[in-house]
Amino acid sequence: MTAPLLQVENLATHFMTRSGPLKAVDGVSFSVQPGEIVGLVGESGSGKSVTGFSILGLIDPPGRIAGGSVKLAGEELVGLPPSALRAIRGRRISMVFQDPSATLNPVLTIGHQMRLAIEAHETVGEKAARDRAAEALLRVGIPDAARRLDAHPHQFSGGMRQRVAIAIALLNRPALIICDEPTTALDVSIQAQILTEMKALARDLGTAMIWISHDLATVSSIASRLLVMYAGRIIEEGPVADVLRAPHHPYTAGLLASLPANAEPGQDLVQIPGSTPSLFALPPGCAFSPRCPHARPQCGTMPDLVREGARGVRCHFPLEIRGRA
Amino acid sequence: MIGFVIHRVMQAVVVMAVISLLVFIGVYAIGNPIDVLISPDATQQMREDAIRAYGLDQPLWKQYLDFVTRLLHGDFGRSFVYNMPVLELIGSRLPATTELALAAVMGATLLGVPLGMYAGYRPESGLAKAIMAISILGFSVPTFWIGLVLIFTFAVQLGWLPAGGRGDTAMLFGIEWSFLTRNGLTHLFLPALNLSLFKFAMMVRLARAGTRETMLTDTVKFARAAGESEWTILSRHVLRLIAIPIVTVFGLELGSTLAFAVVTETIFSWPGVGKLIIDSISSLDRPVMVAYLMLVAFFFILINLAVDLSYAALDPRLRARRA
Repeated sequence: MTAPLLQVENLATHFMTRSGPLKAVDGVSFSVQPGEIVGLVGESGSGKSVTGFSILGLIDPPGRIAGGSVKLAGEELVGLPPSALRAIRGRRISMVFQDPSATLNPVLTIGHQMRLAIEAHETVGEKAARDRAAEALLRVGIPDAARRLDAHPHQFSGGMRQRVAIAIALLNRPALIICDEPTTALDVSIQAQILTEMKALARDLGTAMIWISHDLATVSSIASRLLVMYAGRIIEEGPVADVLRAPHHPYTAGLLASLPANAEPGQDLVQIPGSTPSLFALPPGCAFSPRCPHARPQCGTMPDLVREGARGVRCHFPLEIRGRA
Repeated sequence: MIGFVIHRVMQAVVVMAVISLLVFIGVYAIGNPIDVLISPDATQQMREDAIRAYGLDQPLWKQYLDFVTRLLHGDFGRSFVYNMPVLELIGSRLPATTELALAAVMGATLLGVPLGMYAGYRPESGLAKAIMAISILGFSVPTFWIGLVLIFTFAVQLGWLPAGGRGDTAMLFGIEWSFLTRNGLTHLFLPALNLSLFKFAMMVRLARAGTRETMLTDTVKFARAAGESEWTILSRHVLRLIAIPIVTVFGLELGSTLAFAVVTETIFSWPGVGKLIIDSISSLDRPVMVAYLMLVAFFFILINLAVDLSYAALDPRLRARRA
């Protein structure tokens, strides 16, 4: 194994609220190898997006990184002064968001926005900036790129707009792109296109990705390794194919069973009973235990994340393994 | 875009026609100016001659028709009091009001928008709280009182600035302007400051509200994720995104200051149109009142057109809708 590109260790991000600190991310550890695509899956409020923002140091008050470490190629990012973090954002790690019609500035031309993103890191001439922007647009499959630089975001379709956002994220050839549900707001057919293209781009440019999504199906089609989050913690990890074939955590198994593709035609979709717990009122021990069909008294204590080979699970009574034992 | 302008010009013609009718009837209803025009010891004969000479014996519709006909020939009539063409009279006063209004509104905007943006960017900071406190003052303290305090402080006690008048003027495009001379500028400063306080307060609040809202959007998050500096984000992204309400209020304030700077002009004896209209109302100088009110309506139409056109320049989405 080569040295990891990104090493996240015990990351904790808390939001200070009137009723005490809200632990949106509570001791998350994982690593990303150069060029690797890692899927980060969880429901809304599981802390997956906050994890992404924490890596970039983009947590707004009242939130703050309460502990842990984020190392990019061995360099610690937590605690860096804002200017040093700014120099890393967009150049070495960039980010793509969910809704391109909200992320692109509606009143500036695409070319202008791309120039701002380039000028954030180096001084370039007007012409050089345009050439680089056009090249980036071409790379993400926007035809007639040089002319489209003078267009405004509303003149693009939703899929094209997200391609523009991806082009901006790629402008400075970052080693890592954090993708926060970049296909959720798009049509299904466009979703598939963008997924395929981004996979190809990552491979060609050797860019690593953290692909954040609530949609297990989408993630499994692009990522090679999966991290499943629940209530601010990673509860299962492993190679995508292995996790899908044999989930160890009852929550992952529940997620898989509830995928529409796994349902019998004409039958109701399978649901995980109950709902995501409020981070203010987490049960003691395993946060999933109140919804878990296999819960026992021992689940009142927090299980450790037990790693075995490439797989890891945070459960006292993991599926499959328990069967084997 | 041209179609849009033509449409707006036609709209403006209709609006002006309606305004002329309303203004004429309104002013007619105020009272008979003849008692002001002739001396109290005039004979009945002199009185009737005067009424006939000014056309005041005609029925209302006839007077209005005469008025409109003359208007279409570019003749706004003669002032009863000054006995000179109304246009010339207003024209001689307008530059003073124009420069006062522009100085006040532009000063308020150039200072209020950056400070308001700062207050929206760092709402918890001490400076932001101080800015908001000043803006509350600007909103709540009456203009005339601030004017008197300014005169008392800077003109009477400290003696730094003159208390009234336009000071020296210089010619530009055949018009006298105060802002072109040093002495004129010192005269312009206090009344402009007085007028701008309320507008400053408004600009601060607008910019602050817009900035606070915009800072939370994904556009700002995305720009930050691209590594853009906070200064770039504020000056290139946020300022452009909050520009439309600011331009709107700029236009409205410019129009209303041109029309109704009366109180400040009176306090600082600034020889503008505000002073003229008050005098013409008290002396029932009908042609001046009518022409002035029509002029105000015309200004508003012009300013609103300019504001609408600037929307299209500021927001490309609106351009697309109109094309």
